[in-house]
Amino acid sequence: MYKHDVLIIGAGLAGLRAAVEATRLGLDIAIVSKVHPVRSHSNAAQGGINAPLTDRGDDWEGHALDTIKGSDYLADQDAVEIMSREAGDAVIELERMGVIFSRGDDGRLGTRRFGGQKVARTFFVGAITGSAILHVLYEQALKYGLNVYEEWFVTKLIIENGRCVGVVALDIKTGQLQAIWAKAVILATGGAGRVFEPSTNAIICTGDGLALAWRAGVPLMDMEMVQYHPTTLARTGILLSEAARGEGAYLLNSNGERFMQKYAPEYLELASRDVVSRSEQTEINEGRGIDGNVLLDLRHLGREFIEDRLGYLQEVAVEFLGIDLAEEPVPVQPGVHYIMGGIKTDVDGATSIPGLYAAGECANVSVHGANRLGANSLLDTVVFGRRSAVHAAQYIQNQQHGSESDQHLQNENSRLQSLLDRPTGEGWASIRNYIANEMTKGIGVFRDQNSMEGAKAAIQDMEQRMQNVSIHDKGKIFNTDLIFTLEMEFMADVAKTIVHAALARKESRGAHFRTDITERDDENWLKHTLVYHDQQNQDNIRVDTSPVTITKWEPVKRVY
Amino acid sequence: MQANIKVKRYDPETMHQGESRWDQFQFDAHPSATILDALIHIREEIDPTLALRCACRASICGSCAMRVNGDAKLVCKTRIVDISPHGEEIIIEPMGNQQIIKDLVVSLDPFFDKIRQINPYLAAESEPQQGEFIASNESMVNLLTAMNCIMCGACVSDCTVLEVDSNFIGPAALAKAWRFVEDPRDEKRNDRLEELNNTEGGIWDCTRCFKCVEVCPKDVAPMERIMEMREMAIQAGNTNTPGYRHTESFNRSVKKHGRLDEAKLAVESAGYTNIPRLIDLANIGTRSLMRGKLPPVIPHKAQNKQLITNIFEKIESEKNT
Repeated sequence: MYKHDVLIIGAGLAGLRAAVEATRLGLDIAIVSKVHPVRSHSNAAQGGINAPLTDRGDDWEGHALDTIKGSDYLADQDAVEIMSREAGDAVIELERMGVIFSRGDDGRLGTRRFGGQKVARTFFVGAITGSAILHVLYEQALKYGLNVYEEWFVTKLIIENGRCVGVVALDIKTGQLQAIWAKAVILATGGAGRVFEPSTNAIICTGDGLALAWRAGVPLMDMEMVQYHPTTLARTGILLSEAARGEGAYLLNSNGERFMQKYAPEYLELASRDVVSRSEQTEINEGRGIDGNVLLDLRHLGREFIEDRLGYLQEVAVEFLGIDLAEEPVPVQPGVHYIMGGIKTDVDGATSIPGLYAAGECANVSVHGANRLGANSLLDTVVFGRRSAVHAAQYIQNQQHGSESDQHLQNENSRLQSLLDRPTGEGWASIRNYIANEMTKGIGVFRDQNSMEGAKAAIQDMEQRMQNVSIHDKGKIFNTDLIFTLEMEFMADVAKTIVHAALARKESRGAHFRTDITERDDENWLKHTLVYHDQQNQDNIRVDTSPVTITKWEPVKRVY
Repeated sequence: MQANIKVKRYDPETMHQGESRWDQFQFDAHPSATILDALIHIREEIDPTLALRCACRASICGSCAMRVNGDAKLVCKTRIVDISPHGEEIIIEPMGNQQIIKDLVVSLDPFFDKIRQINPYLAAESEPQQGEFIASNESMVNLLTAMNCIMCGACVSDCTVLEVDSNFIGPAALAKAWRFVEDPRDEKRNDRLEELNNTEGGIWDCTRCFKCVEVCPKDVAPMERIMEMREMAIQAGNTNTPGYRHTESFNRSVKKHGRLDEAKLAVESAGYTNIPRLIDLANIGTRSLMRGKLPPVIPHKAQNKQLITNIFEKIESEKNT
């Protein structure tokens, strides 16, 4: 019998931070992760982590306002306030754990500038900040001897009497399905970028936690808010960090013009991401791109600076494109990068189901609203990862374990067996690639009713095809054919929630820019979209809305 | 362009441990496709049973290390055109020195056990009361060398010591140890050095074959980190080890004769008071003598010994200035 106080699904920054906190609080915890912790996609965060350090004269309100403005006023301001106030301690704590943050001449933490902010308050480790923090949090996991179910894939949440009391998970290395019981479960499964193609996201970012929670009855909030990062490589979607622009790189069109002067005269290349991506796409659409790209130019920064502060970017440019950033500008385009939407939680990570928590990219607190600022995602993971563990620890004090009945396991076993028993037919790959391409077409940097309806039709088509999807590999051990099929089912659910939320929002706000309704509409749409799983409705889906929490910053027109 | 890929397969459910088969795949690939792109193509279009690990596709997650034409590489950053410009066959195998689970997937449990062995977390008990530790930027940038390690296992796969001695802590874990030894915030520097110096499989077990430096996809250069730790361990007073005596004896011999006095090296490394080891050496010596392979007891002098003396003098004078 596998049984713990708290189970954490996912071992990226949010999951590990939650796990460390829960362990410090004396709980028996375990992490379940479909990949080894250091393979988690937090690795890919390059540029840094934001924090207003008040003891050096920065102001948490400044960071909060930049975040809220960046969110196009869709973020809940009480949540943002918590994140901004706790940011300083969170970053200092990471440093004390051993993160090798860059320093200034005085030996204290050094900063760089990031988009949507005038103050340099982004703390960083070269261009590998995410990786450097992830490895240090993993060191802490080793220090505390944390229990990790490594390469275990969660297929279902166990809900009994309206409470979450565990999960059913597949041990990928043996093919055995097991129930793992816990008084509370924290989802920290990351994003869903693979629902699109291309994407900066790892192949593992398939929105598992989003779909698990949604199927269990938790609403997903603001799913239409999908971030296109302004600087990704064509074809592969590989990310080139905003740190390049933070350190002074230019964006140029085919005429060699710094076109951001036109769109964001004050912030230029460091306007918020939705603004820069739209500007790039406009340049490309109006014929001033180069094969669907614009150029990112770092040459004036000099070789030594590039190699010292942006070494990983240079590595990527050289290895994947054969371009030396000190000699040549690099072609970039907007690419899917992050989902602001996610599992609706309160500021303690709690969802609408008692015992079920969510933190990090899979959650929506909401601190990013309609557009996330660069370097706020790492901050989100550590602040709300910690808070969800603290709250879960309080919650479980008065809770018993679930029934420990075999029924859940048996049901999942027969569901998976029926998948494996299907006659030979279409595999997961063509369906997965099809939907990802259709989603990029329909839910792009620019979207309209037609394009979104197109994506909706594609999803209906996909669901038909999925009825007959078959698994070629009948083995038990490391059957990735089975895993990818299960992931595809999660992706289908996530894609559906994105499209329905997008169709519902009849305005343009942040990343959701409709060419058929180009204005923000605060009167009718200063609210969150909530997508529910509802079998009474067509497509098993119901869209609702809820108000945005405004505390002290009234929405004004957003200019960069 | 033509991709011509031969993959070593192992299915634990139908084959015995150690058995394998080779599958050949030929198809058109994008001119700038990586080997990972090709393997994903195989998995998606040709054979969905092919097992491999991969995640980020951007050389940061460390999932996709495997052997390409005999050397461990991250296949996500290895382009087909660079390995096989004219469609030559590319041979893909799982990493070495690790147990195969299925196809290209190996067990990394021993890898992470060795990471655990070096107490891989900052030991900083006397934290500042407020704020961050004060440290120079240079000292942090210095640590980047080792923090670039993504734990892909390539160095362990191709380590020639691990091939014959599984006790060796190995290049990845030792590079990780270096990261703490060099961290100005860490308070256990000398304890760490002492342990790495004394423990079986520690810093003196590396044979300096350079293989880990060659295959590391992130320029961590583990062997160089190990050599630096040897130096640091000696400076910290850890001189009562075969490793240190070996180094000193080697140095003395070359300085004196211009070449290596192998017989003396063996004896001095063991230590003149290490009776059990000396008895071992006597046996080895006897067998070498019978086969005519005993090194000369009085070593030959190098022909241009003065040139070697000059080298020593130059290095020593540079050290002193």
